[in-house]
Formats: sequence, C-alpha cells, structure tokens
Amino acid sequence: MSDGIGARVERKEDKRFITGKGKYTDDVRVDNQAYAAFVRCPVAHAKINGVDSSAAMAMEGVIAVHTGPEMKEDGIGDIITGWSITSKDGSPMQCGVWNPMVTTYGRYVGDAVAVVVAETQAIARAAAELVELDYEELPASIGVEDAFQDGAAQVHENVPGNLIYDWEIGDEAAVAAALEGAHHITEMKIVNNRLSPNPMEPRSAVAIFDEAEDHYTLYTTSQNPHVARLVLSAFYNVAPEHKLRVIAPDVGGGFGSKIYIYPEEITCLWASMKTGRSVKWTSDRTEAFLTDAHGRDHVTKATMGFDAEGRIVGFKTDTLANIGAYVSLFATVTPTYLHGTLLSGCYDMPAVYGNVKAIHTNTVPVDAYRGAGRPEATYSVERMIETAAREMGMDPAELRRKNFITEFPYQTQVILQYDSGDYHKTLDMAQDIADVAGFAARKAEAASRGKLRGLGYSTFVEACGIAPSAAVGSLGAAVGLWESAEVRVNPVGSVEILTGCHSHGQGHETTFAQVVADRLGIPVDNVSVVHGDTDKVQFGMGTYGSRSGPVGMSAIVKALDKVEAKAKKIAAHTLEASEDDIVIENGEVKVAGTDKSMAWHEIGLAAYIAHNLPEGMEPGLKEAAFYDPLNFSFPAGALICEVEVDPETGVTDIVKFTAVDDFGNIINPNIVEGQVHGGVTQGIGQAMLEQVVYDDDGQMLTASYMDYCMPRADDVPSYALDHNATPSPLNPLGVKGCGEAGAIGSPPAVINAITDAIGTNDLQMPATPLAVWTALQNAKSSMAAE
Amino acid sequence: MDLSGQYRIPADVATVWAALNNAEVLAQCIPGCEELEKDSDTEMTAKVALKIGPVKARFSGRVELQDLNPPYSYSIVGEGKGGVAGFAKGGADVTLTEDGAETVLDYTANAQVGGKLAQLGSRLVKSTSAKLADQFFDNFSKAVAG
Repeated sequence: MSDGIGARVERKEDKRFITGKGKYTDDVRVDNQAYAAFVRCPVAHAKINGVDSSAAMAMEGVIAVHTGPEMKEDGIGDIITGWSITSKDGSPMQCGVWNPMVTTYGRYVGDAVAVVVAETQAIARAAAELVELDYEELPASIGVEDAFQDGAAQVHENVPGNLIYDWEIGDEAAVAAALEGAHHITEMKIVNNRLSPNPMEPRSAVAIFDEAEDHYTLYTTSQNPHVARLVLSAFYNVAPEHKLRVIAPDVGGGFGSKIYIYPEEITCLWASMKTGRSVKWTSDRTEAFLTDAHGRDHVTKATMGFDAEGRIVGFKTDTLANIGAYVSLFATVTPTYLHGTLLSGCYDMPAVYGNVKAIHTNTVPVDAYRGAGRPEATYSVERMIETAAREMGMDPAELRRKNFITEFPYQTQVILQYDSGDYHKTLDMAQDIADVAGFAARKAEAASRGKLRGLGYSTFVEACGIAPSAAVGSLGAAVGLWESAEVRVNPVGSVEILTGCHSHGQGHETTFAQVVADRLGIPVDNVSVVHGDTDKVQFGMGTYGSRSGPVGMSAIVKALDKVEAKAKKIAAHTLEASEDDIVIENGEVKVAGTDKSMAWHEIGLAAYIAHNLPEGMEPGLKEAAFYDPLNFSFPAGALICEVEVDPETGVTDIVKFTAVDDFGNIINPNIVEGQVHGGVTQGIGQAMLEQVVYDDDGQMLTASYMDYCMPRADDVPSYALDHNATPSPLNPLGVKGCGEAGAIGSPPAVINAITDAIGTNDLQMPATPLAVWTALQNAKSSMAAE
Repeated sequence: MDLSGQYRIPADVATVWAALNNAEVLAQCIPGCEELEKDSDTEMTAKVALKIGPVKARFSGRVELQDLNPPYSYSIVGEGKGGVAGFAKGGADVTLTEDGAETVLDYTANAQVGGKLAQLGSRLVKSTSAKLADQFFDNFSKAVAG
C-alpha cells in the first residue's frame, strides 16, 4: 500500500496552508462583531488604585470598558494550575492568586488591567490608550536568583520568599556518598536561557454569546480545545460545559504556548455576555512577547562524579526555576516531573538527585515550551558529560559509551523506566555521517584560515506521551493523559477519523489518514481527519508533549480494531464464509484464498442499509476508543554539531549538523524529518540567538524581532539526518514521539561544539558573537594570569 | 540609563541661569516641544513630540526643579507619559561654572523608560537622548548668545 505506514505521503493540509487558504481564528467574522483591546500594567509591580475610562468611553465607537473587579463580582474564577507539587518537606506548594484581569495588584508588564470593547480593532486600541491607570509603583523581583535572595521584593503576599515549592527527586544521601568517593568531580553553573515561543500565528479569540440559547461559542488558538472547555466551565464559571462550544480551527503553531487558557479568552467570553456582542481579540507581536507564556529560565548548579574508569557514580543538580508572576497551567510540572525525571539521561547512573525551587518573579508566567523540562535536563546532563570528558582528558564519545544504558527496559533512579533503545549503534551511525574520523584534518585546515573549528555531541533520551493517567494522577496531575478516537466508515466507503488530538502544524490530516489507509487498504485521499471542535469530537486531551503519535494514533488503532472486527463479521455473513477466513487485502475484505470479496463501500453500505446483517448486529460502522498508554515512550538520539568560530569577531558558523534519532517506527518520514528540522532549528535558536531580556525594573527589552533574534535559514546548515528505530514495545504501532526531540537534544551539541572550538567551557546560552568573543578573551586573560 | 555631558555656553552664569528658568527660552530650545508652561517657579508642564526608533509619540510631562542653588546648580526631576508608547522618568543634576566670560554647564542624568519605548526602542534611547541633549544645548547656546 503506497499510502500506508512509512510512505512519504505529501502533507494533505499543505495545499491550503501554502496557498494562504487556511482558516485561522482571526479569519472568523460573525454578525455583530466587536473587537477587544487590553489595557495592561505598564510597570512590573503596582497597586492599581483606579481605572479612569471616561475619555475612552467618550470616544465614538467604544461599546464598553470593563475591569477585573467587575469580573470578580460576576463570579468569573481565578486562573488555575493543572498540577500540584508537594515540597520535599511534605508541604503543599504555595501559589499566588491569578485573576484574569487585575483586581488590585499588577504583577508584570503586560498584566491585563482592563478591556475595551469597540466597533473596530483600531478604535479599541486607540481607546485603550485613553484609559488612565492610577497606580502606585511597588518594588519588583525580576531575575530568578535575585527573587530568591533574602529581602527580595515579594511578588505575592501569600508566597514567602517567592518560593512556590522546594521539590526533590532521587536519593540525596546516595549521591552525596557517591560523590565523596569519586575519582573525578565536574561542577558547573548552567543557565537555561529564557525564551519566547513565537508561533507564527499570534493568539486570538472570538467569543460569541447567543442570548436566545444561553450558549457560548469560542474560536481560539488552542492546542487542546476540550481541556479549554472543561477548564473554562468548571473553574472559570464562564458557562456550563454543555453550553460552551470551543473550536480551535487551523492554528499556526503552538510549541506549548497555546496549551494554556489565558486571561484574554476568558475575558472575551465574559465581555461577550456583558455587551451582547461577539468579541474578537487578536494579539499583536509585541503583546505576544509580553503575554504568551515563556519557556525555560532555569539556573542550575550541577555536580557529576566519576570513578577512575570514567563511569558515572553520582549526579546532582540544584535548580532555581523562574515561574513568573503567576503559576500557569503546566508551569509546576515542567521543572519537576518533566525535568528531574530525565536527569539520568541515556546513562546508567547509580545515584541521581535533583532539587528544584520554583520561584515567583515579576515577569510573564513561564510554562512548557517545545520540550518542556527535558531540554533543561538534557542541557545539564550533556554539558556536564562533555565537560567532564575534557577535564579527564577523555574522548567525549568514549566517555558516553562507557556509561550508555544497554539493557531495556531500564529503570532509572528517577522514576522513569525506559522502553527500548540502542544508544551505541545510534552514536556509531551519527559518527559515520558526521565523519568524526576526518575532523582533525578539517580542524587543521580551518586553523590555516585563522578559524577555530569545534565538534560537540549530544546523546539524549527524552520522554514523550506523558502517561498513564493513574500514574500522573498520583504525582499531582489534575487531568488524565489518555486520548480518544472515533473511526467512521461511511456508507460510500470513505472514512472519517475524529480525534481528540489537535494539529497545529504536525500534519495529523496526513499521518492519521496513513494509519487508516495502511490498515484498511484504502487511499489516504479517502480518509479525512476531524479535530479541534468540541461539538464534533467526543473528548480529547489535545496535542503537546509529542503525544499525538504514541497516544493519539494508538487510540485510532484501537478504534480500527473494532471496525475491522465488525467489518469481518459483515463480510463473513454476506459472503457466507467463516469469520476466521476473512482477511483485508488491497482495500478489500476477502475470503482468504478465494476471489470472494467485498469492497469497503459494499461493507459500509451493508452496515448502513442494514437489510442483511448478522443476527443481533447493530447497524452502522463507526467505532470509538479511548487509549490510556502503559508508559511514556522514550525517543533518543545522537546529535553531532560542527562549528567554525572566527576568533576576531566571535561569529560562529554551524558548518555541519548530524542527527540520528530513534523515534521507533515512522509513519511518514517527510513529516518526521520536518519535525527534526524545526526542532533542531529552534534548539540552535536557543543556543545561539534567542533570549528574553527584562531590565532591572522589569521592562521587557526584547519585545519585537528587532531585539529578539529568531533563527533564519542562513543561521542553520543543511541537516544530515538518519534513523535507528527500536520500536516501542508499549504501543501498538511501536512509535515514539518526534515533535520535540530536535529542540531537546540540539542546544548542548551546539554549545559543546563552540566550547570545543574556543577551548573554554565557560560559556552560557545564547552564544552570540559577543558572548563567544568575551569567553575567548576571558580564557586568554585567565591563561595569562596563571 | 545614565547620561552626562559638558557644554560651553558663551554667556555669563547669571544669564545662563535666567535662561534655564525661562519657559519661553526652554520651549524654543527643547527639540519637538509643542507647549511648555510654568506652573510655579519650580514646576513646569510640557508637551513634546518625539520619535525614538520606531516609537513616535506625544509625551505629556511634568518637571520639577529641586535643590536650587542659584545661579550655580539645580536638579530637575520629571516624568513624561506617551500613552501606549510608554513613559520616561528621571532626573538630571545641572551645575554651572564661570570660566571667564563663558559658562561651563555640566549635567548628569538618569532615566528609566517603560512601555513600547523600552520594548521596541531601548537600544536607541541612549543615543537618541544624547542627540536630543546636543540639539537642546546647541539651540540653547544660540538663544542665550543671541
């Protein structure tokens, strides 16, 4: 079957995307359309004493100006977090209260204070400028280390010392004992820089209140519309679940930032009810920088101990995680169970310990961003092992090999049990492709041109498709992490899949159709995928954490099992054969070894006409399934980055980047390669270009593309990719997630390559030309001093 | 942001001091000044149209003179709001020193900016401020000398 699993089918959705025909939330225009603009807190911390909307209200075309206290009075709930973390002393975490719009205190630049609803977007924005805030500026805490100092300004009264939780994982005493007896110890301070997610489509919401039906519809840029509906109704009291329809149409990228339910969507729904108008809000780019949840922002002290043979004896990290002014939906789990659990990397570590202190600051909330905790863990582990190899005078690849896990399943010291892998072979393949053997000659040749050439590794493992529901529940999750699917075989033989996953760039319309095409033997063009509408799809948990493959597609397989079983019964009955003799071949349901067969349209028609079904069989051919995975899946890979640094300017050129990944079985190599290209490029962005900067007062200095540098085509090389699949034994397709791996694995490969080139390990991300040049000068002056 | 500078003005200290306290002269010299009113001997309000990088706005500001030591020094403290373009606040210490028939003016200033000014224009604030200061004192020297 040419369209089936493993085929390079072109993405079905690309026709509309690349011809500008996608339908996004901002494209939705309804009768009675009004527009919202937000008045935002201008300083990092302030007591808002009053909001004077008289000048705004006097403007022609302004419908209403509403504030937080009014919202509170109407019973709209505070914004929740989805995962409770318990501190190491057993106490529950302490979070500041997050009102959708400020009731008393504004806690970051961009905190929503009031909303203006007007006839046009231009009027709304102009009127928002006329709203006068009477505020008293308060001391603010901005950087995560400063915010955790004694005497730091308090972000919330009920969170002393700005400490949300003090969490630990692993065995501290075992690590301490191991480090005591270690032959070599490597210590580093590792900063994981703060990033803004920057999906191409900014956030947007269109809220429609139907007074006659007492019903709300919300079009929104969401990665998980069902979760949005659940939370909006159960916690924010906007409307009961059956009176609220949430539609996430085409969504132009999310990277995690569109998982969360933000103040703006809640406010639009409420304002729609208040004004009797449909209310639309679309973020501009600077507003996105100010208000979309950021990613990363960890400061870690790491210690890794080795025995005389180079085997890791213990690994310990102490991390300060910046959570921002409020605790966003998955902000608490990202630095804990998505970070601490990956501290063993792909190494057999006998003792591991991680401590994470989550800190409030007067900055926008920080939450999961492509990789979510795993990039932070991978960066720590992979920089430590590379640095240790240099300190011990060992080859960094050989040091890794000495410590690779080789037997699966493998139980780490930090909760997770890895499913499958072949780390040695993956690294062999990467070293071949990267021509590591020829590196010395290339380095010498570069030196003859005055350039510094370096090579860096990252051998990572990560955890995708967070699950199972009972386990995450026991760790504090407020939700289950299963997925649902419905497969409908229509009377004409075409198939519709309804999935609770959401595609915002992943290509589900293609890959999910391939799974069906492979199973039923029909062309992918006869399969359509329905998602993103709570009125169409029963329920689902959405798309994040690289879960749509291992979890979402597994639910489709379960539903297909049921469809196949029923189809075989119908065929056996119609063709007067035994059910056991029925097989599916070349798009037909056949009696094995005979020419007796039924095409899918004949099966579909028989099921729906129902004139001649087996005794007792219900008409129709549509089956649903809910799939709760047994465990995460564990993609892994070996990345090798080769750079050339100009020592005069610090300008770094990535001359080669090799990625050999283990994503288990691959449904569509085009799509998987696209995910790796995008992920690695985002990782290179983190390593070399991107950084959110707040000044000491909490004003954001990087709120446009003039100051926030995204990777562009000329910043990255043409990637050399390959795969070494060890199918996951834990799901029916043997797949592992591929959506985040590139962003998780690549930053340490880049930094390890640059530090190899410049001969000093003292370099933090982003490795801008200035940072690289400064590291070179510091290394020279410290050498001179010695 | 900190900024400092020194200018030589071809007039005696008393003349320079008087001009520095004269709303009309100041209004004439401040680049982009559309309005400047003296509310009292030490307080002024102003409207100034400025373009800093991509941010163009009309700022309404209030300025207060403090620590007056006529005719040798004072401090200026003020803040200006430019709507969604953001705000600026800060102060400057100004000292005048006689040097023959001329006066040497030294100032050190610090400023904080917020809103779009910080978000989009922060890299340009210092260079633009230095340029505006040069323009101001250039105008001022001419006004006082003339």
